[in-house]
Amino acid sequence: MENTYLKPLPVPDPDSEPFWQGCKRHRLLLRRCTDCGRLRYPPGPVCAHCGSRAGEWREASGRGRVYSWIVVRHPVPQEVFAAEVPYVVALIELEEGVRLASNLVGCPPEAVAADMPVAVTFEDVSETISLPKFRPA
Amino acid sequence: MWSLRDKYAIAGIGHTNYSSRSGRTVLDLASEACGKALADAGLMAAEIDGFVSYTFNDSVPAMAVATQLGCNATRYVVDLQAGGNAANLVIQTAAMAIEAGLANSVLVYRAMNGRSGFRLGGGREFRAQGITQFTAPFGWITYPQAMAMWCRRHMVKYGTTSEHLGHVAVTCRANAGLNPRAMKRQPITLDDYFASRPIVEPFRLLDICLETDGACAVLVTSAERARDLKQRPVRILGAAYGGGPQQGDDLFDALRWPEHATNYAAYIADELWRSAGVGPQDIDVAEIYDCFTYSVLAQLEGFGFCKPGEGGPFVASGAIARDGSLPVNTHGGLLSEGYIHGLNHVIEAVQQLRGEAGPRQIQGAELALTTAGAMSCGSALVLRN
Repeated sequence: MENTYLKPLPVPDPDSEPFWQGCKRHRLLLRRCTDCGRLRYPPGPVCAHCGSRAGEWREASGRGRVYSWIVVRHPVPQEVFAAEVPYVVALIELEEGVRLASNLVGCPPEAVAADMPVAVTFEDVSETISLPKFRPA
Repeated sequence: MWSLRDKYAIAGIGHTNYSSRSGRTVLDLASEACGKALADAGLMAAEIDGFVSYTFNDSVPAMAVATQLGCNATRYVVDLQAGGNAANLVIQTAAMAIEAGLANSVLVYRAMNGRSGFRLGGGREFRAQGITQFTAPFGWITYPQAMAMWCRRHMVKYGTTSEHLGHVAVTCRANAGLNPRAMKRQPITLDDYFASRPIVEPFRLLDICLETDGACAVLVTSAERARDLKQRPVRILGAAYGGGPQQGDDLFDALRWPEHATNYAAYIADELWRSAGVGPQDIDVAEIYDCFTYSVLAQLEGFGFCKPGEGGPFVASGAIARDGSLPVNTHGGLLSEGYIHGLNHVIEAVQQLRGEAGPRQIQGAELALTTAGAMSCGSALVLRN
């Protein structure tokens, strides 16, 4: 699978490893500060609201809405994305209040609309990586 | 807040030709632009004791330029790792160094083979690590793709249209027609704009700035010293750098940004105008960072030339044309003159304020705004002659 998949694969690091492990199990995990209770994404090491480094992983509902989106027509790099265009990248605002960048799948580009309700769906792209994508809900 | 109103000045400017294939080293380009700025001011290399540059891993360090030019008395150097957001910050930084007694005359430059060498618009580091692990795997990689997301949000929130964007492209191109150094001088119409191919919706090719080989340099010294030099000094009236909360882990990332229909400009406008002691109504000419057509709208709103959301109707009204109420990007901007990462805007502002802009001169220009940045952070200057 990995040999034919040309698109960039995420390189998990100590801050993000549990997130990607969650995706592998098809669960969308958000980093939650255990001092002030706020969620954050991307899952950086510190809570920007209270400065705490204490945290836990909390499963998100996977439901959200389209906040903004683009339709990529010109592939960059050409050799990697030529077969993908046109594709939609969207900022998804989850019910929990954080925003993710992802692809909108199962929906033609012209049908995408602001505030469109969407739900997470996972795409297994390598032995270790599954990507959280979104489809109309 | 910037408290150095009128104390520092731009005393010299220099630039290379702008092309898509220089056939020269970046060191050669940087040295030419810096040498020209020196000659323009009438200073000797030995009198330069400071350098401020910025790079996206595509430039040469100041020590190399100092070595080439024989600026052997250098005692203050900043090689900033930054994007267009820093194109005005570098001038603020130069003045600050002089104020602190760390230098007397500072060369500020940006040099790049932006088309034939490293192409900034062509994508970033392809290994999806650090913050890019949350963006690149989804094919969200290039700056046009990043900025299109902000633009779409503005369209959703305020009803901004492609035609509004097109007016910015057409206006910049019309101005470039009067500018012999501009890379694109052939006039375009709104029809040409709509006919240009979609790159990443809502952007077409003509929404996106040029890629350029070239260099720009600006010489900053005290206003007092500048009075004795060759050119009419252009004083730094006000300056600001900053942005909003949660700017992101790099220039691309704005996943935590509060509202993408608003950019850095709204956050630094108050400080800029207070530092300068003037307001948007006083500006005669504005060189606004136009890496994309859309970024002009967000900055016109943020800096207070129109209300939030009204950038589109404002540009469609003709207000930003050279005969409008606020001539914008009188050289053609990054969209049509060339992309020296925003420092070419400062060159143009200085020429306008010196009255040296030839056929594109805005008569009676006394106060100019230059801006730098398009997303979560940026910088701006108010200059006066």
